[in-house]
Amino acid sequence: MTKLSLFLGCIVPNRYPGIENVTKLCLEKLDLDAVDLPGASCCPAPGVFKSFDKGTWLSLAARNVVISEKMERDVLTICNGCYASLADANIELKSDPEMKAQTNMCLKGIGMEYQGTVEVRHIIELLYEEIGPEKLKSYVTTPLDLKVALHYGCHLIKPTKERKLGNSENPTFFDELVEATGAESVDYTDKMMCCGAGGGVRSGHIEESLEMLEHKLACIQRAGVDCIVNACPFCHLQFDKGQLAVNEKFGTDYSIPVLHYSQLLALALGISPDKLGIEQNAVQNLEFLAKVYEINAGIR
Amino acid sequence: MSYDEEVLEVLKAAGLDILSCMHCGTCTGSCPSGRHAGLNTRRILRDARKNRPVLEDKDLWLCTTCYTCQERCPRGIKITDALLEIRRLAVRKGFMLPEHRRVSEMVLEYGHAVPLDEETRKKREELGLDPLPNTAQHSPEALEQVRALLRTCRFDELTAEK
Repeated sequence: MTKLSLFLGCIVPNRYPGIENVTKLCLEKLDLDAVDLPGASCCPAPGVFKSFDKGTWLSLAARNVVISEKMERDVLTICNGCYASLADANIELKSDPEMKAQTNMCLKGIGMEYQGTVEVRHIIELLYEEIGPEKLKSYVTTPLDLKVALHYGCHLIKPTKERKLGNSENPTFFDELVEATGAESVDYTDKMMCCGAGGGVRSGHIEESLEMLEHKLACIQRAGVDCIVNACPFCHLQFDKGQLAVNEKFGTDYSIPVLHYSQLLALALGISPDKLGIEQNAVQNLEFLAKVYEINAGIR
Repeated sequence: MSYDEEVLEVLKAAGLDILSCMHCGTCTGSCPSGRHAGLNTRRILRDARKNRPVLEDKDLWLCTTCYTCQERCPRGIKITDALLEIRRLAVRKGFMLPEHRRVSEMVLEYGHAVPLDEETRKKREELGLDPLPNTAQHSPEALEQVRALLRTCRFDELTAEK
């Protein structure tokens, strides 16, 4: 099995530490060899930094990859944005010698050199490719009686030429991983639409960003689900914190719980709900919390 | 050469051909930001092609980089990549939203676009985690390395208020 270094990024450790906590617990339960990636910085976020300066984006991403190269481990990301930056930069540096030379000129000043010896993985792609939904089911001790609105997030699958995870219009691999937990992945209108946060839109044009989010939330609400599941902390933040902002802006009363896939999987692996950090979310849905504790206690 | 004439030059240098656009509108029709926030991707590409001003256009920053337009373009134009290229030229010319300058300052100061705050530090403790994550924030040497690298890239100069 691949040796991995866990790249935390910014939003997980600095806003949603519950995701960090249970990701580590899940990796342990699944016997995946993953250790911390000490000294890692921002990936840097593709929507903003790749929009500002290519050289900076490549250099900072390369530095994070180099730390993992020294450890002789592939980088494991738990965020679509981190995946987009680190995987795309890695592909670009491996395939473009000129870019690699330029980036190494910058890295030289801090005594580093990019070699191109490791891969960058995303936890969803890794679980699907290396364990698979069928085998994942054998680890499930607590099948989840939950209806889920799954949000893939754009950068997990697009651009498809780089991702190689198949069609981006109607993918199923992530749904299969959700259903391996016993949960039902419910179809809903505009399921593949963006959450509205990326590309610097959430930071630069918040009103427009919330317009897009409100549409997604309306579609999800109509589908009648217990929670939203994602694999990207930035989408997670948009759905969770953004939900309160949408309620304020549009006078709505959405209260849809938001979980990262690691948190859903943790529940299915029998990890206690108090390790998840969902009680620290902006959206507080007591009915859902009660349900989750009942499932964990085996009384549902 | 005017700023706007530079746009086509920069796209050409990056191997991005927008001249084969046949104006079918699939990009704008597929765009979540087009539907909900008025972004007209096709119009931006047309303006770029005709050397009309696009660098100061605030709409340039309405793209969420979801790549749907790029995936669906029947001409195979790398639309999102082209838009990112235009954005980078805009930044070099000093056109940047104040909010994006602030995000840049965060990375320059903390090594993270979203740095740790007091509230999350408490949440980490509640979960039994180290209050300081094992990232650049945990190590002054690592943070100094990140800052030095950003200075080498002249990112501080690029994003400073002009």
